[in-house]
Amino acid sequence: MRAFTYERAKDAVEAARIVAGRPDAKFIAGGTNLLDLMKLEIETPTHLVDVQDLGFDKIEKTRDGGLRIGALVTNTDLAADERVRRDYGVLTRAIVAGASGQLRNKASTAGNLLQRTRCPYFYDTNMACNKRKPGSGCAAIGGYSRQLGVIGVSNACIATFPGDMAVAMRVLDAAIETVDGGGQKRSIPIAEFHRLWGDRPEIDTVLKPGELITAVTLPRPIGGRHFYEKVRDRASYAYALVSVAAVIQRDGTGRVAFGGVAPRPWRVEAADALLPQGAAAVTARAFQGATPTRDNAFKLPLATRALASVIAQAKA
Amino acid sequence: MQFDTPATTNPIDRMKVVGRPHERIDGPLKTTGQAPYAYEHRAIANPAYGYIVGSAVAKGTIRSINLDEARGAPGVLSIVTAATAGKLGKGQMNTVKLLAGPQVDHYHQAVALVVAETFEQARAAAALVRVDYARATGSYDLDEALKSAPLTGGDSGEGSGAPPVDRTGKFEDAFAAAPVKIDAEYTTPDHSHAMMEPFASIAAWNGDELTLWTSNQMIDWGRGDLAKTLGIPKDKITLMSPYVGGGFGGKLFLRADAVLAALGAKAAKRPVKLAMQRPMMVNNATHRPATRQRIRLGAQPDGTITAIAHESGSGDQPNGGPEAAVNQTKLLYAGANRLTSMRLAVLNLPEGNAMRAPGEAPGMMALEIAMDELAEKLRMDPVALRIKNDTQVDPEKPERRFSQRQLVRCLTEGAQRFGWSRRSATPGQVRDGKWLVGMGVAAAFRNHVNRTSGARVRLGQDGVVTVETDMTDIGTGSYTIIAQTAGEMLGVPAEAVVVKLGSSAFPVSAGSGGQWGAANATAGVYAACVKLREQAAQRLGIDPATADFADGRVSGGGKSGDLRAAASGGELVGEDKIEFDKLDKTYQFATFGAHFVEVGVDAYTGITRIRRMLAVCAAGRIINPVSARSQVIGAMTMGAGSALMEELAVDKRFGMFVNHDLASYEVPVHADIPQQEVVFLDEADEKANPMKAKGVGELGMCGVAGAIANAVYNATGVRIRDYPLTLEKHLERLPPIV
Repeated sequence: MRAFTYERAKDAVEAARIVAGRPDAKFIAGGTNLLDLMKLEIETPTHLVDVQDLGFDKIEKTRDGGLRIGALVTNTDLAADERVRRDYGVLTRAIVAGASGQLRNKASTAGNLLQRTRCPYFYDTNMACNKRKPGSGCAAIGGYSRQLGVIGVSNACIATFPGDMAVAMRVLDAAIETVDGGGQKRSIPIAEFHRLWGDRPEIDTVLKPGELITAVTLPRPIGGRHFYEKVRDRASYAYALVSVAAVIQRDGTGRVAFGGVAPRPWRVEAADALLPQGAAAVTARAFQGATPTRDNAFKLPLATRALASVIAQAKA
Repeated sequence: MQFDTPATTNPIDRMKVVGRPHERIDGPLKTTGQAPYAYEHRAIANPAYGYIVGSAVAKGTIRSINLDEARGAPGVLSIVTAATAGKLGKGQMNTVKLLAGPQVDHYHQAVALVVAETFEQARAAAALVRVDYARATGSYDLDEALKSAPLTGGDSGEGSGAPPVDRTGKFEDAFAAAPVKIDAEYTTPDHSHAMMEPFASIAAWNGDELTLWTSNQMIDWGRGDLAKTLGIPKDKITLMSPYVGGGFGGKLFLRADAVLAALGAKAAKRPVKLAMQRPMMVNNATHRPATRQRIRLGAQPDGTITAIAHESGSGDQPNGGPEAAVNQTKLLYAGANRLTSMRLAVLNLPEGNAMRAPGEAPGMMALEIAMDELAEKLRMDPVALRIKNDTQVDPEKPERRFSQRQLVRCLTEGAQRFGWSRRSATPGQVRDGKWLVGMGVAAAFRNHVNRTSGARVRLGQDGVVTVETDMTDIGTGSYTIIAQTAGEMLGVPAEAVVVKLGSSAFPVSAGSGGQWGAANATAGVYAACVKLREQAAQRLGIDPATADFADGRVSGGGKSGDLRAAASGGELVGEDKIEFDKLDKTYQFATFGAHFVEVGVDAYTGITRIRRMLAVCAAGRIINPVSARSQVIGAMTMGAGSALMEELAVDKRFGMFVNHDLASYEVPVHADIPQQEVVFLDEADEKANPMKAKGVGELGMCGVAGAIANAVYNATGVRIRDYPLTLEKHLERLPPIV
């Protein structure tokens, strides 16, 4: 770990301004991912701006009947919120499927969206990794890739976004609210928030330098039955091989997003429309153009079968 | 004490203290954080901190190391490399040296140690060590390397001219003639010990004398190999390892933390604390080597096995050894015509070595699937097939009987308790919602090893009994069972015994490994207690031959006195060791069991979750049923890991294990493990040792993965012969989804 300086921000715009002005600075909230990465020198910020005092820790109703989740709301609190459990069950289910109780107590909503990939080559600083060290190459391509991406990946990087919470948020059409150093606010649809790697895999999201997440908003509830099917070798405390977040209505229509397969929660709206035709139709469309490796080709049939399980439960 | 004839009645048979469930006497210390593990000893003044730099290449040479930046970093006191360390030897138990340079033997082999004022400074400076490597081509692909790998081991012996293959009868003829047979190949992957406590040491020099607090299962091996590596006399080293946070064989041997802490402390002229960083644990240390196994079984229609062959291939560093996955097949089942052999390939992956139940664990993973396959072909119940082929003698040397063997009882009692009769013989028949449900069985088998073990027992003037031995407690319960043993022998409660372990200042014990620790170490304590009893009885004027030690008193020949009074004139010290010679030649010592498992396989995703587990064990006298049970359920858990998830993924381009942390090398968590039931048969093996006890710490691991694999097959009808049984290996062969 490199030596770093640390300050606790008192004001969001000021915090954003500081980080925007220093390429070596980073925000820190729960720190559950960043600190590990710093210890391994995968991340090497020399200045940390701690945002935990900024008060973004509430869950409030929005005027249009949705929810506004403060960026600092912990995973534990979000999953346990009565409104979330009642109206956005897929979100609670996704959150509690992730990490461990201890980590969820510490992890923040914004930090969870920003967690970095778990590709083992990203984690080993002896290995080439375009995401960790731009231009160094990708050791994962041609290497051990069982956990890695099957779609939306590139010749520069085949890593996945590893989270669960964001997959549910994708199905719920969440939006990410931010503020920048100039006080400018914007709302980013989650569909556009995580980038596909292309030739710049070192950049995970569309956030500009210093742009600070203040909240995540959920539109008004859409009803239906909510599912989060997470498939993993170990029953707990493991990243998804494939996960399925779905909201399925009584008439068989609905929405579905997949985790563990791509640089972002993977949802193809045109595939949603095929839900009444069954799992195979949906995944054929959602994974059109997939480029799996020999190690992870199983993720394609697995996605179909996991979705079939969800559909069967919805019908039951 | 020489143990050459079977034990007769002795004080342990009273079973007033031994054999009773006794909570760990070290439990409160551990749960309150007061048991100092290797990194935690506080008595060391002014320690500096070390951080290891591991090799970035698997094979090659170090052209140069640039230390300028690192030396200039804040707090740095010293940097040790092979170039500065002086001449170093290699430990007898180490295949590969522990500090690379100029030659690099494997990935993450230590190339430097940075010593600094604080841990954080050492870690930061370690990242500034610039190493220039000349990368060499290495051998990293086991399947490829086995194509030209030579046979190894076997009884034929060097110079005999015969190939190193063990043969009894005429296997090929018998197999060809067998009316029912199976011939299948099985694979097991490389496994990591993944113990909770990392390798850790604190080294402090006083002149030419070194004190090392470390985490090591075998004090005397560690001390000897440290002396050999540093080139100093063994008696200049004091090695202490009173608490070990798990080892599983990974800490049987001297490792880099100990050597580098010693070198770092010498260079910095300060005590040095050093814990190996978790991401380096896998590739720096030893691992259980992967195997490629072929098993052929031939049987009569009634299930009698007539031909049995087990061949295994594994790889290791040059001058390393094979994973002895065929060993149990030499002993477990009858059969007149037998063949076992091993091949050993040269690999430049990290050094392979012992991990819990080496040989038997991967060997049983294969053999017990093979038995299930044979049973199915015979249309025979797999429990019945195993019973049919039980043997009370070593099948290769029928004149050698097992000292005690109750495999059949384990199987029958287990079957009855588990409800085995409800198992559907036809696979893929039982459904519970989305779950395909199946049951599996496997035998458990692990040899019991007799080893010399010493101890010293003191009776203080204050009446306190203190046991001193270099035996280690690696989470197994050694403290407690030793207290129970001394308590039984001297007629006092276990709570009244002070147990001091894990120091080279104490008599050399069997140590913790190969499931030999409990039985041999307590037998050594028994021997020392016999000496102490003689002295105590004499002091009290009682004939030692007839003296009875009970309730804090010694009595015999009409006389009686307080045990405490025996030491009123001065401390009494009894020291002895248990030694074995002849009985091993007459008898085969082994432990047995039966594993029963019920699993559910998700019909959609192919994920397997265990629903029930039962182990019935026959392992001689159980010294402490709660710590023994803890050993067996831990081993069953480890077996579940090897069945369902554990695998070190090899990058065949770079020659390293890719998933080298605890996030990516998955071991079971609580949610993976259901109710585990353990039953011990009431046994006492008087031929084993005066305790009449045998090992149990590894038995629970042997066979459990096979039982799980057989249960998965019973659930799905799809046979997987390639561990771990991850979903992709049967996903597309599962019944179609609606």
